[in-house]
Amino acid sequence: MSIIPKPVGLFFHKMASPPHFYRFTGRLIPWLSWIFLILVVVGLYGGLVLAPADYQQGDSFRIIYIHVPSAWMSLFVYVVMAVAGGIGLVWRIKLAEIVAISSASVGAAFTFIALVTGSLWGKPMWGTWWVWDARLTSELILLFLYLGVIGLYGAIDDKRTASRAVAILALVGVVNIPIIHYSVEWWNTLHQGPTVSKMDKPSIHISMLWPMLVMAVAFKLYYVIAMLQRARTELVIRERNSQWVKTLLESI
Amino acid sequence: MSLFQAFIAIIRRDLLLAFRRRAEMMNPLFFFIIVVSLFPLGVGAQPHLLQTIAPGIIWVSALLAAMLSLDGLFRSDFDDGSLEQILLSPHPTSVLILGKIFAHWLVTGLPLILVAPLLAEFLGMPGDALWVLIKTLLLGTPVLSLIGAIGVALTVGLRRGGMILSLLVLPLYVPVLIFASNAVEMASGGLPVDAQMNILAAILCLALVLAPLPASAALKMSMS
Repeated sequence: MSIIPKPVGLFFHKMASPPHFYRFTGRLIPWLSWIFLILVVVGLYGGLVLAPADYQQGDSFRIIYIHVPSAWMSLFVYVVMAVAGGIGLVWRIKLAEIVAISSASVGAAFTFIALVTGSLWGKPMWGTWWVWDARLTSELILLFLYLGVIGLYGAIDDKRTASRAVAILALVGVVNIPIIHYSVEWWNTLHQGPTVSKMDKPSIHISMLWPMLVMAVAFKLYYVIAMLQRARTELVIRERNSQWVKTLLESI
Repeated sequence: MSLFQAFIAIIRRDLLLAFRRRAEMMNPLFFFIIVVSLFPLGVGAQPHLLQTIAPGIIWVSALLAAMLSLDGLFRSDFDDGSLEQILLSPHPTSVLILGKIFAHWLVTGLPLILVAPLLAEFLGMPGDALWVLIKTLLLGTPVLSLIGAIGVALTVGLRRGGMILSLLVLPLYVPVLIFASNAVEMASGGLPVDAQMNILAAILCLALVLAPLPASAALKMSMS
């Protein structure tokens, strides 16, 4: 408690209480949604209209404004999931467990979007839907890791136990992700793939860059919104026998 | 009983149990041999082609054989309650689990190594590569057992854990597969493989230290 300022500590303590979390996020989500909408409109307008066409790739590079933010989010969400799972494992905070499992499907969706947009981009650029490029491969394995987490959660009936299992798995995955990433990179460099990876440290012009950063923030907000929506639903399902959910349902 | 004695006792008990059921012990081995011999039937028997893909075939088959044998690691102990006794013992669970994993590797991993020369001959692998293959199996299969133990510990309480286990464990096996089959491939081409070997050894050390901890945490969760 010493290094954390008191109001912050108090905020987190309050957020660990399910009714408070439910009410607070209920008020928060509309605000986040508006900010998200504004950012996504600005980002897409900047990316699809204002940014100049690439001198090599023409207009097809514009898929970058979806592809790169979702690829960033795919890793970010996994780390959030593991951290939330770890908090749930250590302090047995119900809400941390719920945040962890609600993140899993959103993260898997981001990973899937990154893979699909990458594949769509690869078809005109590389002439093929799929290459065993290092980034593509590690992204694919990341998707498998997400699917493992979701599958494990679904397979265990008692959801408190399932949350702990998922947390352990996510933490193991977090230790493994760097190893997997570097092993795949090593494997690819030794195989010397047939393509030139155009994504390697692009020296991108500022007019192309800012819409991407706006989109990255928008995607982050979208993650928070989607995760909180799932968490609220999950919370109500898990707490369906408690008094606050009953009063909540009666008030609707 | 000291910790070391308990560790040895677990290994001895598991080995004894395994030898009482020898038929079951052979299953992963036969699986390994059958899967490897399916490949020539599937991709065609051109010696050159087989030689090129031999490291991958042998390693993927070893991966699958190791994964299928994992279910036996905690299953019978879970059913008859000895797992509860292990968790109740005053010794650290992770060390005792490590003993179980080691015994399991002796029973399922080591036979794969012993039969590898036969399979390498099947696929026409050159002699130098054979030694590298054996060394990679020696370094790699314990990692498969160690990582797999985490997956089994998570799923042992489930009635249909088999499919989910493969989903959990196989992505984590990727680094071992990459470095091991790459080493064998390099060795077939007459290239040095020190780097791959060192990395495999590093992965083994890491797994040896880290894997029993989440495995014991997961077992405690499965038993509760």
